[in-house]
Amino acid sequence: MNELIGKVLLEVKGLRKFFPIRKGFFRKVVGWVRAVDDVNLYVTRGETLGVVGESGCGKTTLARCILRAVDPTDGQVLFRSENETVIDVAGLKRHEMRPFRRQMQMIFQDPFSSLNPRMTLLDIIGEPLLVNKMGDRRTRIDRVVELLRLVGLPPEYMRRYPHAFSGGQRQRIGIARALALNPSLIVADEPVSALDVSVQAQILNLLLDLQEKLGLTYMFVTHDLSVVKHVSDRVTVMYAGKVVEVAKTKELFSRPKHPYTEALLSAVPIPDPHLQSQRILLEGEVADVANLPPGCYFHPRCRYSIDRCKTEHPTLEEILPQHFVRCHRAKELRLVGVMEGSGKTLERALPGWEWGRDLDLGTPR
Amino acid sequence: MRDSERLVLSVRDLSTEYVADEGTVRAVDGVSFEVYSGQTLGIVGESGCGKSVMARSILRILEPPGRIARGEVLFWQDIGNGQEREVDLIQLDASGEAMRSIRGGQISLIFQEPMTSFSPVHTIGDQIAEAIRLHFGANKQEARERVIDLLQMVGVPRPEGRVDEYPFQLSGGLRQRAMIAMALSCGPRLVIADEPTTALDVTTQAQIMDLMRQLQEERGMAMMLITHNMGIIAEMAEDVLVMYLGRQVEYGPVGAIFHAPKHPYTKALLRSIPSIHSTPRERLPTISGSIPHPYNRPSGCLFHPRCSSYMPGRCEQQEPPLIPVGSKHLASCFLYPRV
Repeated sequence: MNELIGKVLLEVKGLRKFFPIRKGFFRKVVGWVRAVDDVNLYVTRGETLGVVGESGCGKTTLARCILRAVDPTDGQVLFRSENETVIDVAGLKRHEMRPFRRQMQMIFQDPFSSLNPRMTLLDIIGEPLLVNKMGDRRTRIDRVVELLRLVGLPPEYMRRYPHAFSGGQRQRIGIARALALNPSLIVADEPVSALDVSVQAQILNLLLDLQEKLGLTYMFVTHDLSVVKHVSDRVTVMYAGKVVEVAKTKELFSRPKHPYTEALLSAVPIPDPHLQSQRILLEGEVADVANLPPGCYFHPRCRYSIDRCKTEHPTLEEILPQHFVRCHRAKELRLVGVMEGSGKTLERALPGWEWGRDLDLGTPR
Repeated sequence: MRDSERLVLSVRDLSTEYVADEGTVRAVDGVSFEVYSGQTLGIVGESGCGKSVMARSILRILEPPGRIARGEVLFWQDIGNGQEREVDLIQLDASGEAMRSIRGGQISLIFQEPMTSFSPVHTIGDQIAEAIRLHFGANKQEARERVIDLLQMVGVPRPEGRVDEYPFQLSGGLRQRAMIAMALSCGPRLVIADEPTTALDVTTQAQIMDLMRQLQEERGMAMMLITHNMGIIAEMAEDVLVMYLGRQVEYGPVGAIFHAPKHPYTKALLRSIPSIHSTPRERLPTISGSIPHPYNRPSGCLFHPRCSSYMPGRCEQQEPPLIPVGSKHLASCFLYPRV
């Protein structure tokens, strides 16, 4: 069934990626790391889907499977190409992938290791054009100038090498390279995690601006819930290779339905000494994807777990419109989210207070 | 209040520089602060602001060509029977007997990278026991028992087994707990934690922060918490020091820093943090430009090229002094009149 409904640009169906664990002289396979296990999701044109989870939850492997940087074990990755035909990226042979590669691009986490130090900006950003045999040198230079302006770098810099730039500027270069071929889908894997706080905000704003200007679709993979809240329309939460919850951003943050999402939200430290968070401390460690517990993968750490959770694996169910949860008790539990939206927490906590205005609050706590 | 708390560390006008062929980098430039027992001083700043170099200067473990140019680091050393003695760590020989008895014993350091700061070829137990045997002269068996107690205290499950494991066998969270156990092994008066949770996931980070706060309450030790995460500072610290390019731009109680910040850098930094309370897809206010290269320090106020309240003719001409702007609250900015 190779169909995509309406405005859906990308749909992932039953995607699995298992890595073998080998042991002994004959490298016999003794087990499997279930990095991505039966993931279903879709991204509509022009939206941002955030994918959050802790290290080892399979979010990066998922992103790499979608771009075919690794070959998935099983499942479909349906992508609507420029001429409106729908292709299954997961089923294509490597050489058949080539015409579609330029329509899906990636932004990497580390702007220090993802740029070749021996190439100038012109070469780095122009390389995708060269590889795809688009235009001669003259038109390539024009395109690089246009791209540098788009990401907020002066075009005069194009003869320089990456070492001359700061982390934030390098990330802009990485974004310019990703945009060079006019892709429709951008997969960004932790694009701001390596940057300083003051620069993070600049890059996030740039990504939002570019999306509006160029009608881009983003899949935004990160462990940082605050960042995800800022950029996403919808959020997918992953735990031990499985999607545990998907919902519209606002709904997921204010009314989480999965106990893991609730714990994750409560663990984020709030930058306000007067608001002490009600933290739910999770016991133990993230489930080991090479040695998963029976039943629900989250049950050993879940404070709401019942006998059923220990034996029966829950399925992803739509319990509210557009809100999917993988939990046996999703309908009965009353979970706590983050205080209802508004970027002005402090102003709301202290009525009449503005940034920079003096206010004597005495000593906290 | 805190006047009843004992002063543990007092740093005055500390300056550390790196001399290289290209020029001198002033990594820490005239920083002064105090740390009290049972309290936490949060030190915030972005990369290159000198926060880690400062920690290394205090412990006298700077690597050449780094050197302390001036200043004093007064530490109230415990000399037994509840007596204490004031020592200036800068005056001590960095590798001498006196400094070695303080470093790792009375002042300990929790590093950012638990993977790289443990030796991969020794067991966790041996590495923690080494400090105990050095500082207390305990024998092997006593040290091992003490290590097991410590691992138990920091919440390592099955400590009798874990003590014989190698660092690669532990997860990030457990390694960080082992690191904390090592830092606490000799009952320090002051713990310097340099980005203790940066490499960890949020749920593990929450566990570690909870543990550190609980241990601090039990033992009344002083803590210097170095991080770039404002959320952690808000939850853990009593006082906050904000640094920019090696200089102290603001220093005060946590409530004042977060609710009535004075320096334009502190204000901008607080405003630009993405928050989980924000409206989805809202633009964040940003600080223009990026942190200058250390060889290319701006004249006058270091923040003036990025500052929204820049006053031409003043900010690039003179260095603003650190002046009081509130109760126990200092800032270095010309916006505030000198009283």
